Amino acid sequence: MTEAATALCVLFILLSPFAIAGIALINSGLIRSRSAAHSMMAALCAVAIAAGMYFVCGFAVAGYSGGPAHALWIAGRPWDWIAAGPLFLRGVALNGSPTSLVVLFEMLSVGVAALIPLGAGAERWRLGASCASAAVLAGWTWPLFVHWAWAGGWLAQMGVNYGLGRGFVDTGGAGVIHVTGGLTALSIAWILGPRRGRYALHGMPTAIPGHNAVFVLFGCLLAWVGWIALNASGALLFAGVEPGRVVLIGVNTTLAAAAGTLSVAAITRLRFGKPDASLSANGWVGGLVASSAGCAFLTPVAAAVTGVIAGALVIFAVELLELRLSVDDPAGAISVHAIGGIWGLIALGMFGHFPPGAGDGQQWLAQVIGVATLLGFVLPLTYGLNRLLNRLIPYRVAPEGERQGMDLFELGAGAYPDFVTHRDEFGQR
Amino acid sequence: MKLAGFLLLLAGWGLVLSAVILLASPPPRAAFVLAGVAVEMLGLGLMVRTHLIPHTERDRG
Repeated sequence: MTEAATALCVLFILLSPFAIAGIALINSGLIRSRSAAHSMMAALCAVAIAAGMYFVCGFAVAGYSGGPAHALWIAGRPWDWIAAGPLFLRGVALNGSPTSLVVLFEMLSVGVAALIPLGAGAERWRLGASCASAAVLAGWTWPLFVHWAWAGGWLAQMGVNYGLGRGFVDTGGAGVIHVTGGLTALSIAWILGPRRGRYALHGMPTAIPGHNAVFVLFGCLLAWVGWIALNASGALLFAGVEPGRVVLIGVNTTLAAAAGTLSVAAITRLRFGKPDASLSANGWVGGLVASSAGCAFLTPVAAAVTGVIAGALVIFAVELLELRLSVDDPAGAISVHAIGGIWGLIALGMFGHFPPGAGDGQQWLAQVIGVATLLGFVLPLTYGLNRLLNRLIPYRVAPEGERQGMDLFELGAGAYPDFVTHRDEFGQR
Repeated sequence: MKLAGFLLLLAGWGLVLSAVILLASPPPRAAFVLAGVAVEMLGLGLMVRTHLIPHTERDRG
């Protein structure tokens, strides 16, 4: 990396925690006020544990491109499946070298992945259990896929080994961060089941509106800054793009988010007579997520189309999960991160333009194989591990905790002590 | 049912990997990869079905 690229990369990595702040605010705003402090506390704990687990063993599993790794030889070709890095970052010089930038980038982005399941488990997931789940995600599931996609693992090498374009490309983490987090969110929602009273009236879901739309919309604006930072630093680190391409990345990220939110606002305006604020926010984040895979390799028009489709998919997925599949996902984490991320990966295969000299053709197949790996390996792995953990540490809070609110039940104090508490808030539902 | 869905997801992924390893020609490789994804979709559908809440249970809240 040139000095300019290194300086830009450091700057962008240091801005990426805005994505964490944005998602935490969105998760908190989309749930009831009686669990708002618990949601923010869980976010803080998940990010802390994710960073700690990455330090302890995550980096050892994830590794870096060109670093020590275990490979299987199948039909005369190497299948690099897990890194053989040091525990506790021993021997890694944290001095601005490319490897140290990878460490910093991944330590922050694992926090984003750990936050995503909290949105699906909100208002019923015990704090201790969510911390244990974050530890498993950050210590094993996430680093393993990171190695495959970002650190020269078998998915990244499919271009060299099997002539599939440039291999699996995911510069900003649509698959690595968001689909991994989104599929974990789906597992958590399945394991926990819906909130009490969510499906009460003849099979129709009861609306449980979020308590603060301002948090949600402000969270979107914070996430925007963080996303540009994640996408730009990811492209500099893992795709080796020249620093000037950061401008294209910023334009594409913004266009995808804008197109996502406008498409949702237009669709909800047409269907319900008024634009829906929380769905529009989800459309914004869905556009950001979809932009993550190919922001460095899409034209601005393709990025906007990707965002429009991501927004439409978010609405479709929210309704499908909520109305047909009985999946209670208060923050829309599964629709936004899993569905938006999968669409982003496929969109790169369809619309991506790579510099000449890179692998030719069949990029779409490499992207499909990446998506198939997420669905066929990461989903069973994260579901199985969380089911196992649920046996050891029961995930769901006691019914009294749901009635009282997670703030009072688990933290002993509410987020808004000055609010008037209505008696029916604590009544039997 | 849940286990069957779980196993179908893994089997679909196995099919995808096998296609990449064993088939060199692009059209059959692509066809088998897509077939693997279709098997994964079946597994996902089965997982979804096993997690549906029956209406009677829904009515109890």
